[in-house]
Amino acid sequence: MDSLTKKPRLATVWLGGCSGCHMSFLDLDERLFELHRRAEICASPFTDYKDFPEVDITLVEGAVTTAEQLEEIRHVRRRTKILVSFGDCAVTGNVTAMRNFFSVDDVLDRAYRETATQIVGIPSGNPAVPRLLDRVRPVHEVVKVDYFLQGCAPSAEEIYRLLMDLLDGRTPALAGRKFGS
Amino acid sequence: MSVKTLTIDGKMVTGMAGETIFNAAWEAGIRIPRLCHVGGVSDVGACRLCLVEIEGQKKLLAACLTPVEEGMVVHTNTERLRAHRRLILELLFAERNHVCSVCVMNGQCELQDLAAEAGLDHVRLRYQFPKLGVDTSHERFGLDHNRCVLCTRCIRVCDEVEGAHTWDVSGRGARSVIIADMGEPWGQSESCTSCGKCVQVCPTGALFSKGRGVGEMRKDRRFLKYIVTAREKHQWIR
Amino acid sequence: MTVEELFELHSEEQARLRRLENRIYCCTAAGCVSCGAEGLRSAIAAAIKAEGLEGRVEVCGSGCLGLCSKGPLVRSAADGALYGELPPEEGALLVRPNPIDRQRLAAKRLDTNAPFFARQLKIVLANSGQVDPERLADYIAAGGYQALAKAVTEMTPQEVIEEIKRSGLRGRGGAGYPTGLKWELVARQPSPVKYVVCNADEGDPGAFMDRSVLEGDPHRVLEGMAIAGYAVGAQQGYIYVRGEYGLAIQRLQTAIKQAEREKLLGNRVFETGFQFRVDLRIGAGAFVCGEETALIASIEGKRGQPRQRPPYPPESGLWEKPTLINNVETFANVPPIITEGGDWFASIGTETSKGTKVFALAGKIAHTGLIEVPMGTTLRTIVFEIGGGVPGGKFKAAQTGGPSGGCIPEQFLDVPVDYESLTNIGSMMGSGGLIVMDESSDMVDVARFFMEFCMDESCGKCIPCRAGTVQMHDILSRLTRGEGTAEDIRLLEELGALLRETSLCGLGQTAPNPVMSTLRYFRHEYEAKLASGGRQ
Repeated sequence: MDSLTKKPRLATVWLGGCSGCHMSFLDLDERLFELHRRAEICASPFTDYKDFPEVDITLVEGAVTTAEQLEEIRHVRRRTKILVSFGDCAVTGNVTAMRNFFSVDDVLDRAYRETATQIVGIPSGNPAVPRLLDRVRPVHEVVKVDYFLQGCAPSAEEIYRLLMDLLDGRTPALAGRKFGS
Repeated sequence: MSVKTLTIDGKMVTGMAGETIFNAAWEAGIRIPRLCHVGGVSDVGACRLCLVEIEGQKKLLAACLTPVEEGMVVHTNTERLRAHRRLILELLFAERNHVCSVCVMNGQCELQDLAAEAGLDHVRLRYQFPKLGVDTSHERFGLDHNRCVLCTRCIRVCDEVEGAHTWDVSGRGARSVIIADMGEPWGQSESCTSCGKCVQVCPTGALFSKGRGVGEMRKDRRFLKYIVTAREKHQWIR
Repeated sequence: MTVEELFELHSEEQARLRRLENRIYCCTAAGCVSCGAEGLRSAIAAAIKAEGLEGRVEVCGSGCLGLCSKGPLVRSAADGALYGELPPEEGALLVRPNPIDRQRLAAKRLDTNAPFFARQLKIVLANSGQVDPERLADYIAAGGYQALAKAVTEMTPQEVIEEIKRSGLRGRGGAGYPTGLKWELVARQPSPVKYVVCNADEGDPGAFMDRSVLEGDPHRVLEGMAIAGYAVGAQQGYIYVRGEYGLAIQRLQTAIKQAEREKLLGNRVFETGFQFRVDLRIGAGAFVCGEETALIASIEGKRGQPRQRPPYPPESGLWEKPTLINNVETFANVPPIITEGGDWFASIGTETSKGTKVFALAGKIAHTGLIEVPMGTTLRTIVFEIGGGVPGGKFKAAQTGGPSGGCIPEQFLDVPVDYESLTNIGSMMGSGGLIVMDESSDMVDVARFFMEFCMDESCGKCIPCRAGTVQMHDILSRLTRGEGTAEDIRLLEELGALLRETSLCGLGQTAPNPVMSTLRYFRHEYEAKLASGGRQ
């Protein structure tokens, strides 16, 4: 709960995903006003923050693919009451995890050597470029997840219903949802 | 043929002697989950999703292989069975590479439907990410091993209905794969008649028609009932 | 051969053996062959020739002499002495030993009054080491085929079944189904065509009971099968033996040819109306083919995969005909039951488990080898008296039943070994493999090893076994690497319950047993391996 506004605090995080889930979130359109009325939106991929704030609810888009994301999601988990895996990449690894069929070296080779046209070579020693994990993992493999919202991407309606359920203190009704849909 | 009366999930149901619990239940509107069963070909009891509890029986039995008996009391949807089914589905999703969002069957897939029905919202087991191939050598169809659940419907429909016996399983355990003939690329199979029956019965996107995009594949199983009715009853009715 | 001729041959051969000054038995079971038994045997044969003792002293091969860890083993019939670890040049001394030779040999002589020998009771292995497995006359001299003669000439099939029922014999393949009941089920079927199948697809790691019986006394198994064929009304038998058992296959082929030549198998057994043929079917090494429905599929030439039971093979088995499937050791028990009577057999063992059980001792135990003890013998007697204890270490657990069984910790060492008591403590009799582990064994790694075995051997037909063994193995590997979590242990238990309750056949149903039993008795070892940081 926010000490100033007395509203529940909400955040969204973007790990290894295409941002489609966030696009779907933006499709809430005018319902964003309703959301704003009900919750304090304190962090998102568009927010400039030094340190992830303490929040009540965090939606996590994307799978865990880099060492930096692994640190980040652990930090987010510590500061979040209810953590939601938001969309298939967070829930299953989905397309992001398709690189798991190959070794990290092969993936880097493909991206930075074989198919590069301008700057050819694998970036190394640059701390701004995070190290890839050996394998992409769904969020619940690395931290405890409270709810799972499937879909690639989940529709705005489903996102809205989930958030309203959580804000109203109800257990979200997620049954019957499909992977991939 | 004599008629047997039994109870399934508290409902009085009748079935003919020799009929399976699965059929009797479905005819009575009780839907038992299944993956390897498809009406019109023989049953193998491999997917274990249709296991049911029968009072007085210690073992769980596959409904698709167990004949009805007079006075039987069957439970198809207990908490224990639901938990087993969920875990079996988790095993399937973790076993191969089911990336629903980029699959031709997305939205029409039986595996997806079963998971939704079971309320499966995530897989607790580690995804195995096996390296598996896609056989697109056939001019009209494709076989994507990543999406195969080894239900063997394709093998049985090809053998029992088409009579070609193009498909079989090679290898064992987790290394099992569906093969055409003696392991040739499908397009080079001499026995395949290109009838497409295997594609139509495949529950997932493992067997698909070429030229379909994500979510565009539709499968038509009515042909099987038509053929089986024609063979067994000599009635050519759709 | 008529019954009279059988008894004639029996007396003749016995008289011949009595006339010999000595007969030297070289163990030619696979264990001793692999440590030089053939060289030893030829050295003895050469010495006989050199000494000009042909016709007075004889050397022959024999079945397993038991104490495999001391191979190659040799038994000298003249004085009943047993020698171990004998090099060929010392073996040659046995032929005509002078006092100095005797001294030298005495160092290699094994004490047959030691508990390893004295605490055993041999029924199945009665002839093992006493007869040359490649000579029919040897088997006949030892009383062989008299049970079959008695059955087909003096008893009705129903009387044979009654005798087996009275004996209380239960299946030695592991599950312990009452043999007489199974025979009766097959006998009751009206079908004119029935089959008898001998399951010799022994596949548990560390188990070599059936192999030793087949290598050491093949005719006994054929005789047991023929009696079964007579009792249930079958004319054809198959022995499904795994391809790795080259020596057993070769000895069986020899035995079948000998029995057919003497009309002990074939069209008119003992010149009665009873006919019975036996053929071999060689397995290609899939563990699952030891499961009876997969074994049937394999004999039929199909992919070796199990199917749901019921229908059970006695109703619908090989080519959908009523089929009796018993294990090698079960058939080997049949001839003495027929000759000595069911009551005699039932007087041995415990209330629910009659007779003896053959165990293959392996692992951290002083006397690796093959033993036969009455049912109800305690594990302590087996491991510490007969087996000689754990060399240089402390007993931690014993694994019975191989990958389908469980581990037995120290507190149960005094439990009598029979079907029920082993099941009660979370293990199973299994086919007779007994692997002893000392304190250096990591129980999580032991569970991982057996799970890897099941994962590799799963046929892949049903999902719980095919994919579940992979996941269980994955979790166990993570645990052994120190990367597991408490959640992983919960999942392991959940998967274990799934496999047990939903797998199609025994392989998958019992695959979680080593995990479940180590979790039950050595849970602290799992917990000690948990990663400190929770989810990794």
